[in-house]
Amino acid sequence: MSQKEYAGVSIAVNDEGYMTESSQWTEDVAKAIAAEEKLELTEKHFAMLKYIRDRVAKGESLTIRGIGKSGIVDIKEFYQLFPGAPLKKATKIAGVPKPSSCI
Amino acid sequence: MKQTKRLVILGAGTAGTMMANKLRKELDRDEWEITIVDQVKTHYYQPGFLFIPFGIYKKEDVIKPKSDFLPIGVNVIFSEIDKIVPDENKVLLTEGSRVLKYDFLIVATGAKTAPEETEGLAGELWYKDIFDFYTIVGAVALADYFKTWKGGKLVINVTEIPYKCPVAPLEFAFLADAFFTNRGMRDKVDITLVTPLSGAFTKPKATKLLSSLLEEKNINIIPDYNIARVDNKEKKIYDYADQEVAFDCLVTVPTNMGDAMVARSGMGDDLNFIPTDKHTLRAENHENIFVIGDAANIPTSKAGSVAHFAGEILTENLMCAIEGRPFTASFDGHANCYIVTGNGMGTLIDFNYDTEPLPGTFPLPGVGPFGLLKVTRMNHYGKMIFRWMYWHILLKGKEMPISSQMSMAGKKL
Ligand SMILES: Cc1cc2nc3c(=O)[nH]c(=O)nc-3n(C[C@H](O)[C@H](O)[C@H](O)COP(=O)(O)OP(=O)(O)OC[C@H]3O[C@@H](n4cnc5c(N)ncnc54)[C@H](O)[C@@H]3O)c2cc1C
Repeated sequence: MSQKEYAGVSIAVNDEGYMTESSQWTEDVAKAIAAEEKLELTEKHFAMLKYIRDRVAKGESLTIRGIGKSGIVDIKEFYQLFPGAPLKKATKIAGVPKPSSCI
Repeated sequence: MKQTKRLVILGAGTAGTMMANKLRKELDRDEWEITIVDQVKTHYYQPGFLFIPFGIYKKEDVIKPKSDFLPIGVNVIFSEIDKIVPDENKVLLTEGSRVLKYDFLIVATGAKTAPEETEGLAGELWYKDIFDFYTIVGAVALADYFKTWKGGKLVINVTEIPYKCPVAPLEFAFLADAFFTNRGMRDKVDITLVTPLSGAFTKPKATKLLSSLLEEKNINIIPDYNIARVDNKEKKIYDYADQEVAFDCLVTVPTNMGDAMVARSGMGDDLNFIPTDKHTLRAENHENIFVIGDAANIPTSKAGSVAHFAGEILTENLMCAIEGRPFTASFDGHANCYIVTGNGMGTLIDFNYDTEPLPGTFPLPGVGPFGLLKVTRMNHYGKMIFRWMYWHILLKGKEMPISSQMSMAGKKL
């Protein structure tokens, strides 16, 4: 566990850089984390981040399939918003834990 | 005289059969009537499907009549289940539009493959150059195909999480490596595992061992891959970012879903799995419904071993519910999986919700110890003995010499 400065605030993160205190999240923090991933956040991004934070707050699990049914984007658009490994990237920027695919 | 009460079990697969056996012993015969429903009369030993494509098992080795395993004193109905009406404590059957009323219900309708969920998967090449080994039909068709296959790109693709027996695709890759090596054609077969996981497995220590085995056996892995569609003409799969992987033979683990009956009952999540309390095993929204086996959405492996461990917990908690006491048993997500690695060798992982698979030794009175996260001949026998244990101990609801709660004995942190 360590601290990292984003948008002038000291934020608690784990070894992989995921925020450990979801309540420290703000839109500015999100922008700063996104910048590290070379992403500039648009309204669509924020709508997705909000959806992700809501689901996690309700204790629901995040899946690619679920994202496709979010009503905000389809899976292809989600990949365009957060290229590479989209669910990992999006959760990191949304300040929630990395989805653990339990097996 | 007391009024008869009714327990209904839906699904007579691994978990349902086991529960029927356990509960017939537990519940007073004069007081409780037990009914179990399934649509098919044959019991399939699903872990055996893995070995069929390589000619190690034949169809006859993995099937037995369901009736051999269901105890006397349990009503058995062979019918499709139309749906559960939880608010009215009843189940509707397709056969003769029968209605079953229940005081308590156990749902054990499992999970099944749904290739139609992926565009082009169940298309022109289905069972021609594209196969699954999660069904008896697919496994047998693939065995025939491999008999005369000349080699090329063998792509093993996992569509979506969760899927039954998470190590099975890896085992398939290991067995394929051994099979084609023994046939003297390994140099003509390029094996690639394409998976939505970030690596060979999800947890660090097991991933390390399994990745080094893949490397040793010259099996490629493409992680973080979510398949979007199959192009049957070009023989390629694509993900959502249009990353393509070409194949000559595609072995798929299609999307795994709970039965459509769950959706018809309005009780499932996106994949028809039933929201279930991971510790008590009771359906989240229904007081008198419990869920066991692959049908539940609990965050552990979908595996027969898990159903076995959960069975003891469910029995205890069902008794609590019947007697109106608070629940006394809590499931820890215990899973115990032998992994065959080819050529008569195997490894073993033992873990639960909170503890990842660790190295060490696994004590098993009378048979073990087995090596945890080690490749040994003994672990291969463990997997082969599992079939015997499955038919004779697990389905019959007898105690296995492994406790339902995971133990740290022998494990090294
Ligand atoms: C290839 C493969 C390898 C595996 N390897 C292993 C392994 O090595 N170790 C291990 O522990 N596990 C393994 N498993 C997993 C294991 O087989 C399952 O987890 C286990 O069988 C689940 O039991 P269940 O009772 O929940 O479901 P099932 O055994 O699938 O039973 C469900 C039953 O419900 C019935 N049913 C469903 N819907 C309806 C309906 N609407 N009407 C009537 N009947 C219905 C079905 O006919 C079926 O009989 C493997 C699975 C596969 C496919």
